[in-house]
Amino acid sequence: MYDTIIIGAGMSGLAAGIRLAYYDQRVCILERHTTIGGLNSFYRLRGRDYDVGLHALTNFTPKGTKKGPLARLLRQLKIPWDELQISPQLGSEVVFPGVRLRFDNDIDLLRSEIASEFPEQAENFDRLIEAIVEYDDLDQSHQEISARERVAEFINEPLLLEMLFCPLMFYGSAREHDMDWGQFSIMFRSIFLEGLGRPHAGVRLILKQLVRKFRGLGGELKLRAGVKKIVVENGQTTGVILENGEYLAGRRVLSSAGWHETMRLCDDGQPVTPRSSGRLTFCETIASLDIEPQELGHRSTITFFNDSDTFHWTVPSEPCDVRSGVICSPNNFDYAADSEKIGGTMRITALANFDYWQGLDEDTYRLEKLRWYDFITESAVRFVPDYRNRVLDTDMFTPTTIVRFTGHDSGAIYGAPEKQLDGRTHLPNLFVCGTDQGFVGIIGSILSGISMANQHCLRDY
Amino acid sequence: MTAEEIREEVLDILENIAPDEDLTNMDDSVNFREQLELDSMDFLDIVMELRKRHRIQIPEDDYLNLASMDSTVTYLTPILKDVEKAK
Repeated sequence: MYDTIIIGAGMSGLAAGIRLAYYDQRVCILERHTTIGGLNSFYRLRGRDYDVGLHALTNFTPKGTKKGPLARLLRQLKIPWDELQISPQLGSEVVFPGVRLRFDNDIDLLRSEIASEFPEQAENFDRLIEAIVEYDDLDQSHQEISARERVAEFINEPLLLEMLFCPLMFYGSAREHDMDWGQFSIMFRSIFLEGLGRPHAGVRLILKQLVRKFRGLGGELKLRAGVKKIVVENGQTTGVILENGEYLAGRRVLSSAGWHETMRLCDDGQPVTPRSSGRLTFCETIASLDIEPQELGHRSTITFFNDSDTFHWTVPSEPCDVRSGVICSPNNFDYAADSEKIGGTMRITALANFDYWQGLDEDTYRLEKLRWYDFITESAVRFVPDYRNRVLDTDMFTPTTIVRFTGHDSGAIYGAPEKQLDGRTHLPNLFVCGTDQGFVGIIGSILSGISMANQHCLRDY
Repeated sequence: MTAEEIREEVLDILENIAPDEDLTNMDDSVNFREQLELDSMDFLDIVMELRKRHRIQIPEDDYLNLASMDSTVTYLTPILKDVEKAK
């Protein structure tokens, strides 16, 4: 009998597992896939390392910072700052036609960029920052008001408003067209007020540290162990049945499978709480270059681009929406001088239509991947140096790849627009964590796992 | 454990929770929250560590007693008086 069974070995499940195993619980993490990580994973292809998910960690704060999500999660998982070796970004940008706003991990750069591009908005922007700093993320009463309406109370230049929403939506809005004010404030702080960083070895370093820690504390991790059913008896769960028929008994279950996905696994015939699932998903192209992007004159860590004055955050009618995107170069972080060279890499992320990609037969899928790789790249090189004649190898993922890695419906990157903030379900000993519970992104998912473990799985054990 | 041993034990727990913190100049009368910027998650860890090390349960209503070193030692002294200090 396990004290806690955790479904999913992504960031949230692993973090929850570490918390519980540290306090001597018998914990088992079940992962359907052959590898850990879920949305954030890594693989080797034709001799090269690739990352999925991670562009950059948000919430970067320097060593010694006591406050903020990064410091909090390191303390909770008892991971020394140095073990993650996070290096800060060189600097990023938001580019719209005729305007380029640069930002880095010091808000003063963005402030001065806004003062020079939109002089009459400089004071308004300062007032917006004040409101965001004052926003209390524990007080959920203002959490769901429209961020567009709230930000428009401060910023009355539509182009600047779009340019502020673009990066925040790309990095964490499960809702189309708008964000909750709460989510906007959290994302604004984590990207603009704290900042971006990356471990030199990428997401594999974070995942390997988490797994090593979990196993070192006596936790069990089972791969290729998909859950077929969450067993319900007399109004509570008693454990799970795996796809191979094995039954595992547990005193409670913590699921990162997603809200709908978890409800469907329950075998008690209860109707799934009506709630719209997330529909926003991505395609991403990855190009390995024979040169570092900086040698081509590209120093930006992340470039968010949009080719008109209005930014559209919605499911595209086309297979991919190439009007906007995120260009990430993992080379452009301030790594230690003695660190090993990373091969030149350019990654581009664009909104995609799940139904289109899901409906293709295998041959068409392969061809469409090649075709859309070209369209996406062609669109992006309008905003960064053209690297297409320096490409050694390429890869691309689509919404169906995301489903394969995460098991989340529709490949929804940021989960359902409506979150289950308290993590509770209709059963007293079944809880959810991960993107459908609350925060998104790597730091957000880890914190989700930690806080759900703390709130629901530790106290009464 | 004596009050002095309990104080050492709590210091050890705090060191474990906030490894980057310098605890040598701790003022025993000042709240941990102000002094070490501990948040509610850290307080849960103090409670959980005490349970892990000494098998004692601290009810949620009593968490307030863990505000500073002085109040923590006062609160724990009767609870831990018959417990041997771990070697």
